Amino acid sequence: MLGYIEIIFAVGAIVLTYLTGSFVEKRHFRNLSRRESAARAIPVSINDEILAEHGLAETELVVGSAVIGSDYFKRAFAGLKGLFGGNISAYESLLDRARREAILRMKENARDNCIEIACCRIATSSIRPGMFEAVAYGTAVYQNPRI
Amino acid sequence: MIITTINHVPEMKIVTHFGVVSGSTVKAKHVGNDILAGIKNFFGGEIGSYTDLLESARETAVQRMVSQAEQAGANAIINVRMATSAITSGAAEIYVYGTAVVVK
Repeated sequence: MLGYIEIIFAVGAIVLTYLTGSFVEKRHFRNLSRRESAARAIPVSINDEILAEHGLAETELVVGSAVIGSDYFKRAFAGLKGLFGGNISAYESLLDRARREAILRMKENARDNCIEIACCRIATSSIRPGMFEAVAYGTAVYQNPRI
Repeated sequence: MIITTINHVPEMKIVTHFGVVSGSTVKAKHVGNDILAGIKNFFGGEIGSYTDLLESARETAVQRMVSQAEQAGANAIINVRMATSAITSGAAEIYVYGTAVVVK
């Protein structure tokens, strides 16, 4: 009898968190694409060089980070996939969200007269099982306002 | 203090090299936030309290690196890199390192 109740609770939690998790994820992806199209003016490069060498006044370290948690459904799904192998798509979208959010925040942390972000680096780490942190950092280059 | 992730400072020349300077912090959560994070991690979404915690930890680590460079007599840090690692669940280490130099 107790076994049935536990199974019902587990299935209920999976269904509930599937709904809340996918709602949160869809909302976040919509939010990301809206903000990305607004912030597209700043070019970000991975190169160790500054593209526009002339007329720049100063550089600054800019950092952006985000910690994105998974939900119960994703962890159950990932655990199941771990048995059979293959792509864990539930975690792929999570990492994608964390990285895009980190890059956006890095761009937003740069001041208005920023002309580019050079030598950008992205790092990812797992804080807790199913909880990921992405950090994006780079050198913001500011144009000299007098020129 | 000029801090860059590129291997030079624009329009300036490196005069003296001091080698690697670094700063690190290990931060833990207090229980209240940890429980809230656990709830957020059940339903899904961004863990804002963890983002803030790691952000402040990173600022402290950068400050420690800067004070180390100042002690050496540098006025810039180039090639800065950052790393995060989870020490135990609920505690993370932030490590920031770079090359201290004097630029003119």
